[in-house]
Amino acid sequence: MTAHDHHDVLGTLMRDSLDHCVKCTICETFCPVSNVTPLFPGPKYVGPQAERFRVPADESPDDSLDYCSGCGICTQVCPQGVHIAEINTQARAKLRERTGFKLRDRIIARPDLTGRLGTPAAGLANRTLRSRPLRLVAERVLGIDHRAAVPSFAGRTFQAWAKGRTSPPAQRRVAYFHGCGANWYEPDSGQRTVELLEWLGCQVDVPRGQSCCGLPLQSNGMFGAARKYVRRMARALAPAARQGIDLVGTSTSCTLMLKREAREILGMDEDPDLRVVSDNMYDICEYLVMLHERGELRTDFRPLPLTVTYHAPCQQQGHGVGKPALDLMALVPGLRVIENDATCCGIAGTYGLKREKFDIAMDVGKGLFAQIGDARPDLAVCDSETCRWHIEQATGVKTVHPVEVLHRAAGLS
Amino acid sequence: MARLQADVLIIGGGATGAATAWDAALRGFDVVLVDRADLAEGTSGRFHGLLHSGGRYVVKDRVAAEECVAENAIVRRILPDAVEDTGGLFVTTPDDDPAYGDRFMEGCRAAGLPAEEIPVAEALRMEPRLNPGIQRAFTVPDGAIDVWKSVWSLAAGAAAHGARILTYHKVLDLHVGDGGVTGARVRNELTGEELDIEAGFTLNASGAWAAQIVHMAGIEGIGVIPGKGIMIAMNHRLVNTVVNRCTMPADGDILVPIRTVSAIGTTDIRAADPDEIPVTQQEVDQMLDGGERLVPGLRQARALRVWAGVRPLFQDDRSGPAAADTRDVSRGHAVVDHAERDGVRRLLTMSGGKLTTMRLMAQDLVDAMCRQLGDERPCRTEHERPPGHEDGRHMQIGDRLRRREATLRDEQLICECELIGRSRLEQTMQTRGTLNLDDVRRQLRLGMGPCQGGFCIYRATGILHGVERLDGEEASASLTSFLQERWKGVWPILYGDQLRQARLDDWIFQGLLDVEHLPEAAAVVPDEELSAS
Ligand SMILES: Cc1cc2nc3c(=O)[nH]c(=O)nc-3n(C[C@H](O)[C@H](O)[C@H](O)COP(=O)(O)OP(=O)(O)OC[C@H]3O[C@@H](n4cnc5c(N)ncnc54)[C@H](O)[C@@H]3O)c2cc1C
Ligand code: SF4
Ligand code: SF4
Repeated sequence: MTAHDHHDVLGTLMRDSLDHCVKCTICETFCPVSNVTPLFPGPKYVGPQAERFRVPADESPDDSLDYCSGCGICTQVCPQGVHIAEINTQARAKLRERTGFKLRDRIIARPDLTGRLGTPAAGLANRTLRSRPLRLVAERVLGIDHRAAVPSFAGRTFQAWAKGRTSPPAQRRVAYFHGCGANWYEPDSGQRTVELLEWLGCQVDVPRGQSCCGLPLQSNGMFGAARKYVRRMARALAPAARQGIDLVGTSTSCTLMLKREAREILGMDEDPDLRVVSDNMYDICEYLVMLHERGELRTDFRPLPLTVTYHAPCQQQGHGVGKPALDLMALVPGLRVIENDATCCGIAGTYGLKREKFDIAMDVGKGLFAQIGDARPDLAVCDSETCRWHIEQATGVKTVHPVEVLHRAAGLS
Repeated sequence: MARLQADVLIIGGGATGAATAWDAALRGFDVVLVDRADLAEGTSGRFHGLLHSGGRYVVKDRVAAEECVAENAIVRRILPDAVEDTGGLFVTTPDDDPAYGDRFMEGCRAAGLPAEEIPVAEALRMEPRLNPGIQRAFTVPDGAIDVWKSVWSLAAGAAAHGARILTYHKVLDLHVGDGGVTGARVRNELTGEELDIEAGFTLNASGAWAAQIVHMAGIEGIGVIPGKGIMIAMNHRLVNTVVNRCTMPADGDILVPIRTVSAIGTTDIRAADPDEIPVTQQEVDQMLDGGERLVPGLRQARALRVWAGVRPLFQDDRSGPAAADTRDVSRGHAVVDHAERDGVRRLLTMSGGKLTTMRLMAQDLVDAMCRQLGDERPCRTEHERPPGHEDGRHMQIGDRLRRREATLRDEQLICECELIGRSRLEQTMQTRGTLNLDDVRRQLRLGMGPCQGGFCIYRATGILHGVERLDGEEASASLTSFLQERWKGVWPILYGDQLRQARLDDWIFQGLLDVEHLPEAAAVVPDEELSAS
């Protein structure tokens, strides 16, 4: 192996895509952040324009870049194929080398660690998180906005539940990539995913050793730590993938991370575990629609006389597979689904938790929140957990994963 | 006719002329500098951007190499803000003989050039895009130098010491009398007015046009053959270190990261006329091939624009100790003493040279003048910094982005590619007092980024209209001449991304603004040219 093989070819390709920019400004008209705040100069500026002024030897010159939420919408809309969001994320990691990492960012970028610490003392931890005075202290000391939605600790883990059971053998085998969200914060949703998949005729493996996929570390610019997390996660999932078992995840941003972002942004394209994992990774709705298209999906759902809104989060859109959740919910008799056409709820992972960005996140989400409010739904539906917490906090409407709706329609709850 | 008096008349406002004005003014001479166009609009504004370490000459031309070694260090010291300390690499590509590296190192040692051989793996770590097939790599202290900053600071420094800098003043004739040159008749190219300059001494720093000037003094037997060199700017920095091919100097063998672009160059092809230097497809291909050899994939990257400059190759009929020996002056420089050569006193011509050695050339020229005048005054340019370089800090590519942060919210960005805000633009238009967008372009790099003026030039025209109170027709003329100038640089490399950009720009200017039918405006983009390329 020559030194050249170590070179991050895909990462360079991302950066080189700046050459395709023709300045059309389409990305700027879509960027949810630059549309609500003058603090952020917009994707064309921080992406293909500013990148020409950045070199490895010079320290990162532009702090305003940090207002990019990483939602990825710019990359999706650019007609010339500029990987704007990826360029931004790489540049932000560089920025962090100069500004250093805030303690806050170190904390919120490690949901697995907070989960591990909070779970044994869930009652106390949750009371702390709900206590206004303590949240004000946290805001002052850490810079986590006291109004921002934070998840509750479930007090038990999904892994503990999964360890105690075996999935009935079936012809189709899937491995469930639950990540840290389902494990520490929403174990119920993890259980329901397994139950639904089993009802749909799948034998569900739950590979051991899963923690966090590293996405929050990556979006906070901590590339070194992020790579470690990705490697660990890929090692946990790779054996199943190598056996030809499809990997299915419910956290749409985390499936995207392992499918694509870690390879493109963290420069891990050469990692053999990650390669096989990313090739076999599906977002759950994407997977079920694929089965349906092959005529292999059980569809005897019972009627659900409910009205729900559906918001496709930015990260789900990053998969480039349309909005499969809508196709699935259309299979449920009696269910009325109102599609939201807002691009972003504002939270963008950990972005909206930060004191200096919370108001921006709320402004970004305004359109979506209004649509949800106007629809007066029984439930709001969204594929990404941080978005759900944010939407629920902002609108007061209970917000669930599409799996939850299907679980009910399957008569499982 | 208006008259002007001075100790010294300098003809030519390129790097050599500006450095000479600075040198002579520092020595206390009363200086007038004239250029037929803007400063650095000749070869200096069309060079490659490299502050030579000397590595290129160590095997072939020891003297030139030693000059570069010394001047590189001095220029870094006196014009720090015009220099980016990129460092340089000499690499042996798969097409080159690795043994040349030994001769190269030997030459470096002899010339006092601090070069070092490094492992190939380290070179690839430094510059990941380098051809992985390189066999040897050497580091040298090459740099990148911004010619506009250099020339403008030297001229401003000279002006601060009393020099008068007259741009757009063309020399029409030299006055000869009393056994020598006594001055020149010049014409203001903007107003058409003529002016008589009486000068105690005349220094000819007109580069490729030098023969035209000496002919005005009735001097025969000196000719300049223009040697055309083309360069292509790639849209972003493919490398951050200057990359040279480690071989005998050849075509397309240097890739220079300069400001936001990287430029591959260059050629050396004889041209008939220094003012007529078209670029051919074959030359473009030759450059891209050369670039591909250093950095594979260069052909896929976006080419931004192409330009050409002319090296003056001096030809002197009269050889002999009195005349400059032209065989070896193509890269080195020599002062032509017309008193000795032609019996014409008070006129000296600078021949050959490099931008890197502009200071030394100026010193040699002014020293020779002092000798002839019998008025020896010591040269001070080795340590003196012209204005704008006081803090001694080298320029960095991120500087504009960093400065822009402060005004992000209050100021309109006019040129998005090169990050030029409205106030900077207005200020430059005011201080330059120019009616010409191309002058502003050279000073600020307005319209030199990826969109090649597509999104800023109509804005800038409107602002110029406001600031200078141009009337509509003048503003249109300024706009269209700018577009024509840019178009010349773009059409030879219209492929891929730049072609797409050209289409979009075309829709804006032809489709939306209908620039071809502005009052009194000429055609901008002939349709045949577009379809032909
Ligand atoms: C393709 C190319 C690449 C190069 N790259 C490098 C490099 O990377 N590094 C380096 O160190 N050197 C480089 N050089 C060499 C360097 O560019 C030149 O040595 C230097 O710019 C010459 O400057 P000058 O002032 O002598 O000439 P010029 O810049 O040509 O100045 C002469 C001036 O005289 C003016 N003039 C002409 N006629 C008249 C008249 N009748 N009246 C008034 N004014 C007149 C012109 O308008 C012009 O501005 C390169 C040269 C070429 C051709
Ligand atoms: S949408 Fe793409 S091409 Fe258009 S300005 Fe943005 S990055 Fe450039
Ligand atoms: S990633 Fe989102 S916030 Fe960042 S520039 Fe792109 S659209 Fe804007």
